[in-house]
Amino acid sequence: MKDMVTKEPLIQVRDLSVGFTGRAGHTLPVLRNIDLAVRRGESLGLVGESGSGKSTLALAMMGYLKRGLRVIGGGTHFAGLDMFTLSRKELEGIRGGRLALIPQNSGQSLTPTLKIGAQLSEALRLHSKLPEAEHSARVVQLLEQVRLPDPSAIAGRYPHELSGGQQQRAAIAMALAGEPEALLLDEPTTGLDVTTQAHILELLRDLAAETGMAMVYVSHDLGAIARVCDRVVVMYAGEAVLEGPVREVLRNPAHPYARGLLASIPKLTDARLPMALEGRPPPPGKAGDGCAFVDRCAIATDVCRTSRPALATVPSGARVRCHHADRADSLPTRSPADADPRVIAEDAILSLGDLSISYARPGFLDQILGRKPATTPTVDGITIELEKGETLGLVGESGSGKSTILKAVAGLLPPAGGRIELAGDGVLPPLVDTRRPDQLRRVQLIFQNPDESLNPRQTIAEILAQPLKLYFGLSGEALRQRIEDLLESVRLGAHYMDRLPSQLSGGEKQRVAVARAFAAEPDLVLCDEVTSALDVSVQAAVLDLLDQLRRSRNTAYVFVSHDLAVVRALSDRVAVLYQGRLCEIGPAAAVYAAPSHPYTEVLLGAVLEPDPDTVPTLSAADIVELSPPARGCPFQRRCPRKIGPQCDTETPPWQDDGHGHAIRCHIPREAL
Amino acid sequence: MAVASTNARPSVASRFLGVIADITSRPSGAIGLALVTFHLFLAIFGPWLAPYDYKAVDANLMMQAPSGAHWFGTDHLGRDTFSRTLLGGREAILVTGIATPIAVLWGGFVGIFFGLVGGRLDDVLMRVVDAFLSLPWILKMLVLIVTFGTGIEVLIPTLAFFYGIPVIRIARAATHDVVARDFIQAARARGHGRMTIIQRELLPNVRDALLVEGAMRWSWMLLAFSSLSFLGFGVSPPTPDWGLMIADARGFMSFAPWGVLAPVIGLSSLIIGINLTADALAKALGIDRAQKAPV
Ligand SMILES: Nc1ncnc2c1ncn2[C@@H]1O[C@H](COP(=O)(O)OP(=O)(O)O)[C@@H](O)[C@H]1O
Ligand code: SF4
Ligand code: SF4
Ligand SMILES: [Mg+2]
Repeated sequence: MKDMVTKEPLIQVRDLSVGFTGRAGHTLPVLRNIDLAVRRGESLGLVGESGSGKSTLALAMMGYLKRGLRVIGGGTHFAGLDMFTLSRKELEGIRGGRLALIPQNSGQSLTPTLKIGAQLSEALRLHSKLPEAEHSARVVQLLEQVRLPDPSAIAGRYPHELSGGQQQRAAIAMALAGEPEALLLDEPTTGLDVTTQAHILELLRDLAAETGMAMVYVSHDLGAIARVCDRVVVMYAGEAVLEGPVREVLRNPAHPYARGLLASIPKLTDARLPMALEGRPPPPGKAGDGCAFVDRCAIATDVCRTSRPALATVPSGARVRCHHADRADSLPTRSPADADPRVIAEDAILSLGDLSISYARPGFLDQILGRKPATTPTVDGITIELEKGETLGLVGESGSGKSTILKAVAGLLPPAGGRIELAGDGVLPPLVDTRRPDQLRRVQLIFQNPDESLNPRQTIAEILAQPLKLYFGLSGEALRQRIEDLLESVRLGAHYMDRLPSQLSGGEKQRVAVARAFAAEPDLVLCDEVTSALDVSVQAAVLDLLDQLRRSRNTAYVFVSHDLAVVRALSDRVAVLYQGRLCEIGPAAAVYAAPSHPYTEVLLGAVLEPDPDTVPTLSAADIVELSPPARGCPFQRRCPRKIGPQCDTETPPWQDDGHGHAIRCHIPREAL
Repeated sequence: MAVASTNARPSVASRFLGVIADITSRPSGAIGLALVTFHLFLAIFGPWLAPYDYKAVDANLMMQAPSGAHWFGTDHLGRDTFSRTLLGGREAILVTGIATPIAVLWGGFVGIFFGLVGGRLDDVLMRVVDAFLSLPWILKMLVLIVTFGTGIEVLIPTLAFFYGIPVIRIARAATHDVVARDFIQAARARGHGRMTIIQRELLPNVRDALLVEGAMRWSWMLLAFSSLSFLGFGVSPPTPDWGLMIADARGFMSFAPWGVLAPVIGLSSLIIGINLTADALAKALGIDRAQKAPV
């Protein structure tokens, strides 16, 4: 692949600035003086937090700007053509053909009413010179190229009949139809499961090597960037602050922001909490005269406030926008110190006994006869004990039943069987309507997306007042004081009280959601993917907050996430879930080390580390199962280590090591 | 995401002012709101502004072309078209101005109720609503008017009734949307009572959708009222009314087009104004009209 990289740049961005006109009439820049080049056969990564301008830059490379944006200075060339001077017709000839884009959620951008084959033929008609007669053969070839099983069958399906990963592959096939010289990818794997994501990234690597096309890969995920890119540009507040070879940028970045970003990523191999990068980037137009990062930088000096650093080449060959790049390596790229260990009493707070939950309602006849529904329950046989102050991580791919279990514990879904027991309160009634207020108070739930879980029409004070009024009957000055304390405890000031959620950033909103849960002074907090909607640096801050709160209040957590590294950073014990059934449970260190359940092994193998030299292992097939098998091991259909017919027919036994680490598999523990 | 102001206590008054400011910050919203305000002003102060008596018949002045004395000419009875156009919206605005809130209130109430109850009852009701909506509206109204007669006391309830029905759908859809969101789940999980959840969590979010819907309903209702007048079921002569004026002047289109043109401009400028305002209002409130638009 390397020897195909030519000297002549295919995409050349020169001193590009893009902005919009603000309400006051000023021009507010969203991209400032971007300079970069992408050569043929090369793969360039664009990383940065949301709002840093990555997508705007990628789209500008196609000569496209979102409405309201305009070029303030500089320009961008593709194969020698100045993209912002081309006519509409000329642009149409290039876009989708020589220069193709794979947008975020491209699976959803497929036309829902057209079969995959028809959409590909249409792309061929528009962007290739192939005669009509050869289209159907080429369609199959393209689907084969993106490694879709049974291409002719896939061609005859509608997009909604494909899984997320398959849709993404189909979208890539569409982009390949015009045999592009360059491919722009905007967060192409965001929102996909770890295993699916790893498969898609391997595909992209292979395609780049096979076809020699250039790639521009936009992502907030340094793990994905590490896997597919040769060179990386780190964006901050509309600027390129660091550019260099992927190893250089991910191992020893010479810019303080890049180091902070790296340190805020939880790592699979590190059981400690990642380091939070406090503060947030300046909004467009607010970057000031100096360095845009100055307010968050630990090594900033006076010169950083007054003069904007230029992009300068450092000895390692990277280009850095920093006055003190030579001092950047004094900043850590991982958490410096171990946190004090927490003491967890051997005293259960929650115990789930053989819990099962079914979404299928029993039919009328079944109800009369008192029969259980014939379909296999979505979640089954969940037996878990949680100690006071302990954090249990619950991992599994989407659809594995993580949220379902939390909802049942919170009383939002009736279990089909089993019991939920809360220490001191005995077995909890199934639904909220029948639970006593104090039982409700003791268990609180935090949701994934604060935009959904905070009422957009209520002020922060009103939101926090709800549990305080309900559980403690507070009012007047006492209520106000308590709200202030709560805001303080999640590191938001009292001045947030009268704001609406829409006036807060994503991280601030999630802090409010955390404060609302803690307002009830709960014994158990159920966290459902609470950091998944946040940027990594913000995620680190929220994880840190959750850690502080559990330390000061001895609260137990059930922490659900699809991200194994995040779960590792916070959890004392971890349970692995597949198709609503437990596969493995034990102390975090034991679950993340051998021996592992085959499914845990697959999950761990697919995790992408922000390091170009760790290679994911892809053992299980990239398929999505819609319902659990009726008998045997839940993982039987995808298991790469399946040993025989007993996997299909017999429920595998729990194999315990005597220290609380249990694996449920037919393979003997010694051989796992 | 930018923080607009640190201490904005979003009281009803300040939210209202904020929304107005947002509407007027868009050119289309500013034009729309100006048109609506202008018409409301005329409806109130028209009688003092009109240069002539709207019912003063003068056989010598029949079918005059526009002139310095009669800006929009005169009609077949020699009445001043300008004065009549100026006053021609009063009745329509009064009737629809009362009927619209009633329609939104009752339709909203029923829609929210069924949205919350859900299940079979909700399915059945929606079938009925859909069947009802598929009938041509003019037919439904005429049946009622022919049965009960014309006049404000019949028109207002009739319009309010018929235009409340599509509101049911909007209110129900908005309720479904909101009920599925996590903040309702969060309130349920905390153990709040049903009424508290409806009042505190649901209504404030459905209200905006209903407000926009109300604005839209108003313009539809104005058209309906004018059509009824045109057909002779609305306002009775000699009260000036755009619909009636169009009907009267229609026969003389070929040689006295101003007689039709003036009321058409009056009516359409108000309707365009309402629509522009409703669009800007939807944007200001953050509602996607493309989704919520009535079918
Ligand atoms: N309301 C529902 N009705 C029917 N099936 C559902 C519903 N919600 C979730 N499911 C199904 O239950 C399974 C578990 O889902 P969920 O608990 O959301 O998983 P996770 O949180 O691990 O992603 C999935 O197969 C999902 O499709
Ligand atoms: S220029 Fe100064 S403030 Fe900016 S990153 Fe470098 S040291 Fe920090
Ligand atoms: S029981 Fe069989 S199918 Fe299941 S994980 Fe073990 S080997 Fe694989
Ligand atoms: Mg979930």
